[in-house]
Amino acid sequence: MLYREVGQFKTSYQSDEAIFPIAQDRWFVIALILFAFLGVPLFAGQYLYTELLIPVLILSIAAIGLNILTGYCGQLSLGSGGFMAVGAYAAYNLALRLPQTNIVLVFLFAGLMAMLVGLLFGLPSLRIKGFYLAVATLAAQFFLEWAFARVKWFTNYAPSGSVAVGRIELFGFPIDTPGKTYIFVLAFTVVLALAAKNLVRGRIGRMWMAIRDMDIAAEIIGIRPLHAKLSAFAVSSFYIGVAGALWGFLRLGSWEPLAFDVNRSFQVLFMIIIGGLGTILGSFLGAAFIVLVPIFLNQLPSRLGVPLSTAAISNIEFMLFGATIIFFLIVEPRGLARLWAIAKEKLRLWPFPY
Amino acid sequence: MKARRLLAIAPAALLAAAAYGAPAWAQNEQFIPHLVYRTGPYAPNGAPFANGIADYYKLINERDGGINGVKITFEECDTGYATDRGVECYERLKGKGATGASYVIPLSTGITFALTEKAPIDKIPIISMGYGRSESRDGSVFQWNFPLLGSYWTAADILVQHIGQREGGLDKLKGKKIALVYHDSPYGKEPIALLQKRAQMHGFELLLYPVTHPGVEQKATWLQIRQNRPDYVLLWGWGVMNSTAIKEAVAVNYPRDKMYGVWWSGAEPDVRPAEDGAKGYHAITLQHTAGQFKLHEDLKKYVYDKGQGSAKWEDTGEILYVRGLINAMLGIEAIRTAQERFGKKPLTGEQVRWGLENLDLSADRLKQLGFDSEVKPIKVSCEDHEGARTARMQTWDGKNWKISSDWYTGDDKVLLPMVKEAAAKYAAEKKISVGCLMMN
Repeated sequence: MLYREVGQFKTSYQSDEAIFPIAQDRWFVIALILFAFLGVPLFAGQYLYTELLIPVLILSIAAIGLNILTGYCGQLSLGSGGFMAVGAYAAYNLALRLPQTNIVLVFLFAGLMAMLVGLLFGLPSLRIKGFYLAVATLAAQFFLEWAFARVKWFTNYAPSGSVAVGRIELFGFPIDTPGKTYIFVLAFTVVLALAAKNLVRGRIGRMWMAIRDMDIAAEIIGIRPLHAKLSAFAVSSFYIGVAGALWGFLRLGSWEPLAFDVNRSFQVLFMIIIGGLGTILGSFLGAAFIVLVPIFLNQLPSRLGVPLSTAAISNIEFMLFGATIIFFLIVEPRGLARLWAIAKEKLRLWPFPY
Repeated sequence: MKARRLLAIAPAALLAAAAYGAPAWAQNEQFIPHLVYRTGPYAPNGAPFANGIADYYKLINERDGGINGVKITFEECDTGYATDRGVECYERLKGKGATGASYVIPLSTGITFALTEKAPIDKIPIISMGYGRSESRDGSVFQWNFPLLGSYWTAADILVQHIGQREGGLDKLKGKKIALVYHDSPYGKEPIALLQKRAQMHGFELLLYPVTHPGVEQKATWLQIRQNRPDYVLLWGWGVMNSTAIKEAVAVNYPRDKMYGVWWSGAEPDVRPAEDGAKGYHAITLQHTAGQFKLHEDLKKYVYDKGQGSAKWEDTGEILYVRGLINAMLGIEAIRTAQERFGKKPLTGEQVRWGLENLDLSADRLKQLGFDSEVKPIKVSCEDHEGARTARMQTWDGKNWKISSDWYTGDDKVLLPMVKEAAAKYAAEKKISVGCLMMN
């Protein structure tokens, strides 16, 4: 009823190639973005901003990045944490050494540096694939972590190896409150997500998917693996690098290499597996799931008034979180995005299923 | 179908219930967030400290009816020693209570670093007793940080002094090798700057051995120690890393008598797993040592006999538990100091900060509080957020920790210039205005 595309005719190539060809989808997404920009600031408090929305948005960018590489191009990577670290430290060093640089440029520079490093570590992907590539990217993760812990120049010779960022300004306008930070991060997320969506729908995305589905066949029909794989590594690392810089600057404010350790890589990988490989929507759903569910589970007992010790709550959180992941993977191995797609299929017929 | 629907409704109902839970704060209560870690690799050390703090708050409520009639309320949140979870806990708890959080005790150098950026905005002071940023002693730059009783630079300074004395004078250190086995995080890296400076002054060689979190894998590190045979090993570990280090020292037969731990590497959970192997191992103390003391009479009467204790009674003499008591006492006394100025009512974090900066506990006052055997008088000021810089050594005799040295004081000729320099660098990097925070 609500979700019926009957009568929506596509009369031009343009409407046929739109990101959201169905009107309901289009309006829903536009409304959602408008709500995120205009509606959320009306009621959101600091906790909602700094602990829930901002982490989800930033990690969504990282998840989109990894999804491009793993979900679309089929190259398994365990180096996301390391590439995030590259972004964060590149941004820190640029902001420190050239303090006049516009903050948007700082973040783009972070992405570019991560892209270069990603290209470098993407080279092995031309020879090896699957688990072997995963191990090669794991090496990248450990190497990068080591470099930022040991090479003192990256941390400006801070005795503790922990770096902190100063005031962040955009065109002389300080980004100091959680609300402003949220809008800033949201703008980045929306632009990057739209760019990713368009990238994967076009020639480049199809090239990646062809490589993913069968690289030999793709090569035979004229796709250059070097081109496809390295471009996926480059774009993916760019996204992850920007996410790393945002994470360091706007989420942590002060960080050490441990903030981007191998657990961060796994976290981002789990996001795209749970959210749905090869979908942009899945990156968002997965990030939200991985960030919000543990916090929700942790708060649940006290909100429900169940008296439990802090240790018990933490342990229950781990157990329930693990159980939820297994539950979702059994119910729908293709991720939350697939569940959403099924829901839409059902809604087309509702309330008169046959 | 029905069961399925129920399944779908249940999470929604839970969500609704969770979203509800409207806070209702009693008017005459002072709220303190309690960041703890009772799970994860650092739990053996985190739990007794958390228990000590909680029990002291309970004691104040039960025995005195609060601080001058203002009841203390506190809520625990488990950080697992992870910085991002710690920040989440802080954000979750900072606004609770009638006047918000009084102060925060992060018990993690990483979380302290992260909260240092937030404290001036939220106006909530950080008590990092014996940890945190060493340069945060300078209250004109770090207006909201209070590394009471000693920072890592102080600890490292005193350790070098002690080793010098053991060798028969600091000049005898020339040509010696001192190794630092440290947790590879801001916590472990803090003392390096001071040790390097001291190495330059006295001509000893400093060997650095980082250990990756959580520190259960140290075979390679101790192999290197076996090869290089340093004259002394300083241990800067936490949680399982400490006991692992001692066990590895036993394995490579490095004399425990030549090992010195920082005060976070000198508690019962660190030495007990190594059993007899730990005998002779030394650690610097944060003034106090293990064992029950005068306060425990009240603790038994008002908290443990009523079945409200957080720990087992036998464990209340453990080093980290006692340290928790001391930490809570300093926080409570800061609130009391602030109450004298702002009135006997729930205070804001800003007011408690004033109390911390003007904290002055004389020997008489400490005796009154029952802490005279544990801490020496402490006087905090804007220039000195540490308040005291004295410590001594203790040695594990196989069953108990025993004090094994006289008192030492951190040498300000070495420390102060370093603090000033590091604080100035921080202020320049962050573009913050320097000066003591005044309150009318």
